[in-house]
Amino acid sequence: MNRYSIFSLLRNAVNYHQDWQRAWRSPDPKREYDVVIVGGGGHGLATAYYLAKECGVTNVAVIEKGWIGGGNTGRNTTIVRSNYLYDESAGIYEHALKLWEGLSQELNYNVMFSPRGLLHLAHSVHDMQEIGRRGSAIRLNGIDSEFLSPAQVKEMVPFINLDCRYPVMGALLQRRGGTARHDAVAWGYARAADDLGVDIIQNCEVTGFRIEDNVVTGVDTSRGMIGAKKVGCVVAGHCSVLASMAGFRLPVESVPLQALVSEPIKPVLDCVVMSGSVHAYISQSDKGELVIGAGSDLYNSYSQRGSFDVIEETVGPVVELYPIFSRMKMLRQWGGIVDVTVDRSPILGTTPVKNLFFNCGWGTGGFKATPGSGHVFAHSIARGEMHPVAEPFSINRFNTGALIDEGAAAAVAH
Amino acid sequence: MLLIECPWCGQRDQTEFHPHGEAHIARPEDPDALDEAAWGDYVFFRKNPKGLHYERWVHSHGCRRWFNVMRDTVTDHIHASYKPGDPKPELPITADGGDTTGTPKT
Repeated sequence: MNRYSIFSLLRNAVNYHQDWQRAWRSPDPKREYDVVIVGGGGHGLATAYYLAKECGVTNVAVIEKGWIGGGNTGRNTTIVRSNYLYDESAGIYEHALKLWEGLSQELNYNVMFSPRGLLHLAHSVHDMQEIGRRGSAIRLNGIDSEFLSPAQVKEMVPFINLDCRYPVMGALLQRRGGTARHDAVAWGYARAADDLGVDIIQNCEVTGFRIEDNVVTGVDTSRGMIGAKKVGCVVAGHCSVLASMAGFRLPVESVPLQALVSEPIKPVLDCVVMSGSVHAYISQSDKGELVIGAGSDLYNSYSQRGSFDVIEETVGPVVELYPIFSRMKMLRQWGGIVDVTVDRSPILGTTPVKNLFFNCGWGTGGFKATPGSGHVFAHSIARGEMHPVAEPFSINRFNTGALIDEGAAAAVAH
Repeated sequence: MLLIECPWCGQRDQTEFHPHGEAHIARPEDPDALDEAAWGDYVFFRKNPKGLHYERWVHSHGCRRWFNVMRDTVTDHIHASYKPGDPKPELPITADGGDTTGTPKT
């Protein structure tokens, strides 16, 4: 791999940028791998990278139905934070946030991680109690969290309308939270994993599993059978589809989650503002577009488009809270399919089939966890047992009742 | 936006309704007799199919009655809605042997 640096940039500039190496190869699948990762999104590529980098497992393939960065990795609203209530959630999301902080250097790829600060607004007495409880819990876990008065919120976002239909009574601020460039995360992990010998196989859809005596031995794909000693499935919204191929069900339902972006404008908003109880969160991308996350639909769907009423419920509060955005044009709107669990916490674990692992159920907020999720999942696959950080997120918790009922998951009311 | 047919009120806008997930899950006769695995399976585990889905809806801003809907989760096309207790409707089979979802007969 040619390392990216100021010198490589200068060298290639002299050459009119004709000699840049491809970021990763397009190999034909081998007959068999030690580990096959199904799903070439951020989480899957991160898993492959840490398997090769830290676990010494380099005979790895990542199988992707479409193209790298073309699934939910490219559909989220790019927010990174770790302001969760429960110890288990703090464990995995803070683990991820610490990896985010050094990720560009680690991967030699600019993932544009921007810890610009993340505000969570409280609009009611109940909201104030919720952020009071959660903010204190976050601090007990050693994670940064500050309470802001409405005046301090106004200082950070001068154009916010504090006294509107959704009055701002206070806010919780995580200064280390922010955004990252979502496709760059996938591309960076893909390039770094490929450099360590991982085969990234795109346009290759898994159509079934080979299972003998309840042990997985490979996957059937649109490019033929690929043998595998272990298989890790990291396919977000489609996890139930893969689980049914392997003969079991998951405690997951797939729903569309929508987002929209505006026309680009000059820098106006230099932090992320979330507003859980009115389902509106907003940030400004480096291109200048306002990136607005909407709520999810309530009914199961794989259609990758959501309902208009959900958009309306999001845009309404945005216009109330930020009147200066009221005449802006929205350029694009899209939906991604998210796999929601009943406790809004992810599932990382072994399955009824031996050597088949699932990493799913991230629901509406998986992007922020990408490095941490991949890291602990890689260690779990390599060791054959779950990493301590991942252990509480087993599928088994839906049988034992040890749920991690994380209301902060999407920071939205549910 | 879906246009949903309430078996009692007729076609109404989706915003009048609230979905409640997979239908035709019978509550176990004797919950005390179930072990953790079986109870968890009943409460939380779902088919979540990509394709035909039988699901429950309630006409929450209308007659407030519950009913079932057969919907394709890929296209969101609603094939049928029917009263609780009615049997699961079948998809009409088309001339080429496939069903109306466009899925060829296997």
